[in-house]
Amino acid sequence: METKNNLRAWLYLAPMLLLMAVFTFYPLFNAFVISFYKDYLPLANDGAGSITGYTIANYGVIFKNQLFWQSLKNTFVLALVSVPLSIIISLLISVALKSIPKLKGFFQTVFFLPYVTNGIAVGMAFAVMFHRDYGLFNLVLSWFGITALDWIGGTASWWAQMGALMIFTIWESLAFKILVFTSGLQNIDKQYYDAAKIDHATKWTIFKRITVPLLSPLILYISITSMIGALKAYNSVIGLFGERLGAQPYSMITIVAFVYKYRSDFSFQGFYSYAASAAIILFFITLLFSVIQTVVSKKRIHY
Amino acid sequence: MEIKMLDLTKIFVSKDKKEVHAVDHVDLTIPSGKLIGLLGPSGCGKSTTLYLIAGLLKQNQGQIFFGEDEVSDMPPEKRGIGLVFQNYALYPHMTVRENILFPLENLKIEKTEAKERTIEMAQLVGLGEMLDRKPKELSGGQQQRVAIARALVKKPRVLLLDEPLSNLDARLRLQTREEIKRIQRETGITTVFVTHDQEEAMSISDEIVVMKDGVIQQMGEPQEVYDFPINMFVAQFLGSPQINIFNGEIKDKKIYANGMMIGKSKLPDQPIKIGIRPEGFIVDKEKQSEFKFEIDLVETIGRDTTLIIEVPGNEGSLLDKLTFKAIVDASEHIKAGDWVHFNIKPDKMHLFNLEGKLLK
Repeated sequence: METKNNLRAWLYLAPMLLLMAVFTFYPLFNAFVISFYKDYLPLANDGAGSITGYTIANYGVIFKNQLFWQSLKNTFVLALVSVPLSIIISLLISVALKSIPKLKGFFQTVFFLPYVTNGIAVGMAFAVMFHRDYGLFNLVLSWFGITALDWIGGTASWWAQMGALMIFTIWESLAFKILVFTSGLQNIDKQYYDAAKIDHATKWTIFKRITVPLLSPLILYISITSMIGALKAYNSVIGLFGERLGAQPYSMITIVAFVYKYRSDFSFQGFYSYAASAAIILFFITLLFSVIQTVVSKKRIHY
Repeated sequence: MEIKMLDLTKIFVSKDKKEVHAVDHVDLTIPSGKLIGLLGPSGCGKSTTLYLIAGLLKQNQGQIFFGEDEVSDMPPEKRGIGLVFQNYALYPHMTVRENILFPLENLKIEKTEAKERTIEMAQLVGLGEMLDRKPKELSGGQQQRVAIARALVKKPRVLLLDEPLSNLDARLRLQTREEIKRIQRETGITTVFVTHDQEEAMSISDEIVVMKDGVIQQMGEPQEVYDFPINMFVAQFLGSPQINIFNGEIKDKKIYANGMMIGKSKLPDQPIKIGIRPEGFIVDKEKQSEFKFEIDLVETIGRDTTLIIEVPGNEGSLLDKLTFKAIVDASEHIKAGDWVHFNIKPDKMHLFNLEGKLLK
C-alpha cells in the first residue's frame, strides 16, 4: 500500500519535477560547471563549445573587476534599504486599510495596480517623473522651496540615482506585500483586538505587541522573498536608466546586470564563464541572506 | 460596584434590513459584590448585554451606571472592566506572565509593583508554576484561569465572563466552576457571567437573570427562581429533566390535567397549562388518586427511578405523543406497563394561563 501510494505521489509530481529538472536544476548545475571552464568559447566547434581545461581563475577575474564591486555595492544598498522600508510602509498601509472597511476594496485595487503593470513601462514613466526640468518629483520639491535635483540625468550624484531607484523599487514592491498583509490581518482573530482594547492598549501598542507578532510568520516570508527579489534587481534599472545602467554608464549596475553584461558578450573567450561565476556568487549571497534571515528571526517568529 | 442598566436597548440590523432587538428595554440592577449568571437560550441577548456592559458594543438607547458613575458613552478601556472571552483570547505569542502583565504595562504601573501583582494574581488562580509557559502549552482550564488573572490583575470594578466554561470538558467544567466561585469570593468583585447552561448558572450564581428575546424574564436567587417561576418559559428553562407541561383546566374549583382531577384551586374556571416538576410526583400506593398513567419505560440510575410516560398529544400538535418524566424513589419497584397512580406535591406544581403567565 505504502509503495503504491509513493508511486502515485511521484507520478503526480513528475511533470513539475521534469520541468524543474530541465529549466532549474540542470542550468544551475551547468552554470556551476561552466564557471570553472577555462577559455570557454560556447559557439566554437559548430556549437559544441571549446575549453582548454578547468580553473578557478574565472572567480579571480570577477573579484578583480571594479564593476563587480560597484554592482555589489549598488545591490546591497538597494536591498538592505528598500526591503525593510517597503515592509514597514506596506504594513502601515495594510493596517490603515483595515480601519476603513468601506473604501478598502477600492484602495486595495489601487495599491495592487503596480503589480499587474509592466515594470519596464512603469520605469519609463518614472524616468519622466524624475526628469530634472519637467519631472513631478522636482515640482513637488519646489513647493517646499527645494532646488531642482538631478535624479537620473547626466549630472546626477550616486545618491540621487540610488534615491530614485529606491523610490521606484519600493513603490513597485508595495503591491504584493499589501496584498499578503491585508489577507494576513484578516486572519487575526478580532477578539485579540477587543481584549487588547480592554487591556488599555494604545493603537501603537496594539500594532507593536499584537499585530506585528501575530503577523510575524508572514513578515518573515515577505522579507525573505523580497530580499531575494531585491538581490536580483535588474528590470528597475533598465526601466529607469535604460541600457546605460545609470546616469553615468554603469553607475547603477546591479549583480544581475553585471552577469548579463558578460553573458551578452559571450563571443569573447571566457566571458561566458565569467558570467557563470558571477551568477554563482549571487546564488551564494542570496543563500547567505536567506539563512541569516531565517536564523535571526527564529527567536522572534510566533507560529 | 453595583451595575445598573436603564432602558437598555441594542438593535442589530441584518443584511435584509430587518431589525432585531437583541436587548429590548432592559432595566436591571446587579448588586455589588455578587456573582450573577445571565442565563438564556442562544440568541436571547445575554452576550449582547455583557458586551454592552463592557463597552465593546454601543447601545442604541438607554444608560449604564457603575455605582454613581455613568459609563454609557465611555470606551471599554475607560470603564474599568475585566472581560474573559469565550475562547479566552490569550495572546498566543506571549507567556502567561506577559499575558497577565500586559494590562499593567499599558497602565504604566511601576515595574516592580506590576511584577509582584502578576505573581500574586497567578498564585490566586493557582498558576504560580506556569508563568513562563505559552498559552498553547496549557490545558483549557489553565488557559481559562490565565484569562481570569489577566482580567483581574488591573483591579477592575467589574468582572465579566462570556460563556466561561463552554470550551471545557465535563470534568474540568465542574472543577473550573468551583474555581471561579472561589476567586470571586476571595476578591469580592462584582461578577457577571453569561451562560446557556442552566445547571452551571444555578450552581455558582448568587443570583440568576433569565433572558429571552432580549427581555429579562426573571431575576432572583437560583432556588427561588426554580421554585417560583413567573412564567412557563422560566419554568421550562430551569431544571433537568425539564418540567412536564400538561394541558388542563380549572372547573368548579378543581384542577384537571389531561381530564383527571389532580387538586383544588380557588381560581375561576378556565383552560390552563399545568407544569409539574419531575420530582413532584408521589406514587400513590393506595391507588386512590385519579391521576394515573400506564408507564412506558423505566430508567433506574442510582437512587432515582425515572418513569417515562407517553400520552397522546393534542390534536393538530406537531408531536403525536407527549412524553412526561417522573422521578420517584428507586425502592418503588415499578415496571414498564404498570398503571401507576400519582399524587402531586403542591409546591412542585405551577399553573399557567394559555399565554404562559403564572396564575396565582
